[in-house]
Amino acid sequence: MAYSNKVIDHYENPRNVGSFGKDEDGVATGMVGAPACGDVMKLQIKVGADGIIQDAKFKTYGCGSAIASSSLVTEWVKGKSIAEAGQIKNTQIAEELALPPVKIHCSILAEDAIKAAIADYQAKHGGALKEAAE
Amino acid sequence: MSDAKQPIYLDYSATTPVDPRVAQKMIPYLTEQFGNPASRSHSYGWTAEEAVENAREEVAKLVNCDSKEIVWTSGATESINLALKGAANFYKTKGKHIITVKTEHKATLDTVRELERQGFEATYLDVKDDGLIDMSAFNAALRPDTILVSVMFVNNEIGVIQPIAEIGEICREKGIIFHVDAAQATGKVPVDLQALKVDLMSFSAHKTYGPKGMGALFVRRKPRIRLEAQMHGGGHERGFRSGTLATHQIVGMGEAFRIARLEMAAENERIRMLRDKLLDGIKDMEEVYVNGDLTHRVPHNLNISFNFVEGESLIMGIKELAVSSGSACTSASLEPSYVLRALGRNDELAHSSIRFTIGRFTTEQDIEFAIKLIKERIQKLRDMSPLWEMYKDGVDLNSVQWAAH
Repeated sequence: MAYSNKVIDHYENPRNVGSFGKDEDGVATGMVGAPACGDVMKLQIKVGADGIIQDAKFKTYGCGSAIASSSLVTEWVKGKSIAEAGQIKNTQIAEELALPPVKIHCSILAEDAIKAAIADYQAKHGGALKEAAE
Repeated sequence: MSDAKQPIYLDYSATTPVDPRVAQKMIPYLTEQFGNPASRSHSYGWTAEEAVENAREEVAKLVNCDSKEIVWTSGATESINLALKGAANFYKTKGKHIITVKTEHKATLDTVRELERQGFEATYLDVKDDGLIDMSAFNAALRPDTILVSVMFVNNEIGVIQPIAEIGEICREKGIIFHVDAAQATGKVPVDLQALKVDLMSFSAHKTYGPKGMGALFVRRKPRIRLEAQMHGGGHERGFRSGTLATHQIVGMGEAFRIARLEMAAENERIRMLRDKLLDGIKDMEEVYVNGDLTHRVPHNLNISFNFVEGESLIMGIKELAVSSGSACTSASLEPSYVLRALGRNDELAHSSIRFTIGRFTTEQDIEFAIKLIKERIQKLRDMSPLWEMYKDGVDLNSVQWAAH
């Protein structure tokens, strides 16, 4: 498989692998994909009182580009507000990693993972940060 | 072979290197002894013909048949095409039903599909969970108009050995032509065509340390099997397969099969020891599954699924090893192996399988390196896998509602 150096770098040195404690303050989780399809991504964000994402962690079952896509988005969401993180598009991920056409679904899954984590955060924290998330 | 840039080759069922002794023997037939074996009027031709006939003798000796029963082809795929299309078309007035197996190589499955398009009817048998044919299912599939049965001797993915002798007895008794794809069998299991009631058998040179682009088809003379030729021309190979013989390739196949005959007993014991060492080294890891029966199996094959790790990332993770994956993730289709699916493995386990095939030039150090690497990289990938985390937390993955995508 002809992968870009960026994919290989993220695959070999994945950033922010791991999990937060389930009950830690400000932690929200997004899990997307299915084992039968060949990829499952779990993305967790830790949001501060100011609505800024302080930290992010991931675990991914999937091909090299699925791992790279999720590793990349943990780097990207850190320091962003919930609203800003929600703006990340799969096309940006695909472009950054130079994903081959057959692997575009990995970047779509990574975008879905961010959206799922944000939705989980909003469900847990009600309308407190509604404005920021709009 | 442990050079950092070249991965360790553990894919001997994909192909083997030409044994240096074989290459040595081939070279003069490219340069000095270049004659056409069909030339009858000078010594160039006679020399080439003698080399071809000596090689035919060597191929016949490995499988214990008469050299007159060996027809040269370009490889096992061509042999299978000639055997199946040739027999089906010659005997089509006797019936139109063909039996084969779902775990056969594509060379057989696709040829049978083509025969179906020509009007033949086919049954594709399921296999048991261990990869072996269920003989009661085979017997049940037989019809009065069955004319042809095709079963592989050794499966290319999981290495299991099918009950060829038993199937042969049934076919002979019922007057059904029996073809066996033996591409993965030569040099791995003893093949005795005096004892086996097989009518047609396909061989490949490059799976047994010979050159690529070379194969042979055994066509039994007693009882005599007839075929309709698929390649027409100068009437070479008694009309079965026209085309100028590739003397150097034939010499290579002959020498490769000669070496296999002399060395296979000792070689297979050494390889079995290495395979068992590899298995011992990784079998204590959690959630690993051997695919296919371990006793009715060639000694050099180990096919294992590593649960909760995806196939392509697994291959990337152990890139210092040249192995095959049961998952075609590198293609656009993302299809798990049809062989493992036929064994009843679920998609996840089929996706996470690796085929290790050991060979003549594999060393003990290669295996030790492989064990260490596999353990380390599988752990790394599992530490990264949400499925592994859920499994460790005691979550039943089948109870999870997965978001479709």
